[in-house]
Amino acid sequence: MDFEFITARAPLFGQAARLTVTLAFWGIIFSSAVGLVCAVIRFYRVPLLRQAAAGYIELARNTPLIVQLFFLYFGLPRLGVVWDGETCAIAGLTFLGGGYLAEAFRGGLSAVGRGQIEAGLSIGLNRFQLLRYVIIPQALAVALPAISAAVIFLMKETSVFSIVALPDLMYVAKDLLKEGYSGESNLMLVASYLVVILPVSLAFGYWERRLRFAGFGS
Amino acid sequence: MVNSQEILKIKDLEKSFDGVPVLNRLTLTVKRGEVLVVIGPSGCGKSTLLRCLNGLEPVNGGQIVFEGQILTSFQTSWSRVRQRIGMVFQNYELFPHFNVLENILLGPVRVQGRKKSEALEKAEFWLNRVGLWDRRESFPRQLSGGQKQRVAIVRALAMDPEIMLFDEVTASLDPEMVREVLDVILNLAKEGLTMIIVTHEMAFARAVADRIIFIDQGVIVEDSPPETFFENPATDRARRFLNIFQFDGVQRGSRGTGPKTVPVRL
Repeated sequence: MDFEFITARAPLFGQAARLTVTLAFWGIIFSSAVGLVCAVIRFYRVPLLRQAAAGYIELARNTPLIVQLFFLYFGLPRLGVVWDGETCAIAGLTFLGGGYLAEAFRGGLSAVGRGQIEAGLSIGLNRFQLLRYVIIPQALAVALPAISAAVIFLMKETSVFSIVALPDLMYVAKDLLKEGYSGESNLMLVASYLVVILPVSLAFGYWERRLRFAGFGS
Repeated sequence: MVNSQEILKIKDLEKSFDGVPVLNRLTLTVKRGEVLVVIGPSGCGKSTLLRCLNGLEPVNGGQIVFEGQILTSFQTSWSRVRQRIGMVFQNYELFPHFNVLENILLGPVRVQGRKKSEALEKAEFWLNRVGLWDRRESFPRQLSGGQKQRVAIVRALAMDPEIMLFDEVTASLDPEMVREVLDVILNLAKEGLTMIIVTHEMAFARAVADRIIFIDQGVIVEDSPPETFFENPATDRARRFLNIFQFDGVQRGSRGTGPKTVPVRL
């Protein structure tokens, strides 16, 4: 094991990790927004939009991210839309994640009891207030394990971003492999992903436990 | 004591579920300050009646007029109306992610746009009245059923409703807890709050009611003062219903003389 090599290349991995985290962060934020909107549309059975949401979710969940990225990076320019690698990466992750998070949120929304909704209505809450104060907080608590699984899945999916020429963790590791330090590179790659994803995983675990103790489950 | 002004007028109200009629041209007028107790066999439509009054069930026909406003219209802003018609449910339905105070303040502050300090004052007043001010920080899961139901009553009262609807509010409670909830409602009745109460607690119905409304198969079969209804019901149907609350006790003879029935009265 060449530790000199590792220390020398660590900043490279640090940079790549930052890029991975940034792209994953925005992708997951936008995914959550898309997922929530789709889930609420399906929850309220909004005509037409509901079918559109269902179609989108199936498309997003049943095609690989790498194919979605190919379409965005190599396909869209043919239609006259040229996006840079980062935009494609975030858009692709949002497209994929929106589908997964929509399903996670939907599970939570359908777990909120009819009686809770009626109680909210009976004090005069309008639809928006009902969502904000009654339905979403309860749905979130129920959906959290599914959300957590989806978020971690999306973070791991960022490893295909190198195909749109982004110097993320996978890209950097592949480069170093060419220099012949395969053991060191692999080790740093694994360590980098763990450093990035493990804290998120632990944070979700903590959040789940806190919500469970803070007032649910009679 | 009872002001003769009409607060609620229900005319020919019709409601059916999947073509099965539940309310059958039901007509009823409620005066301000009146306490109506609605009783009847299960499935008779009494809960449905309350739910229609709060817009939780769309009606199929007829008219509901509340303070001169027609509620059975497409333009009804239920969010506005519900601020004036309080409702308490059988299963409390407190919001599990909010503590007692947050449950109570949600309506007055977020819906009615009142100042928090003012809403808090009102919440304190009512929570003290039901003996739960010191539990204001508790979460619903930390409360007993009776406590939860008292909080649910305060949640509705905090909106300053003009009429309160109680839908079998003690049906899920253990016997000792029934009393603490009923006492709260009795006190509200004494103060002249207009209430429509659906219940199976006959002794309570008799104590609290100005009028007993007996419903069977979606129509009002009897509408009379409690003394008349319980002592001398006018219809056979009501008499049969009241009989199910009476029991014949069984005493076994000591030498195999067979069981001997002794009537037990409430």
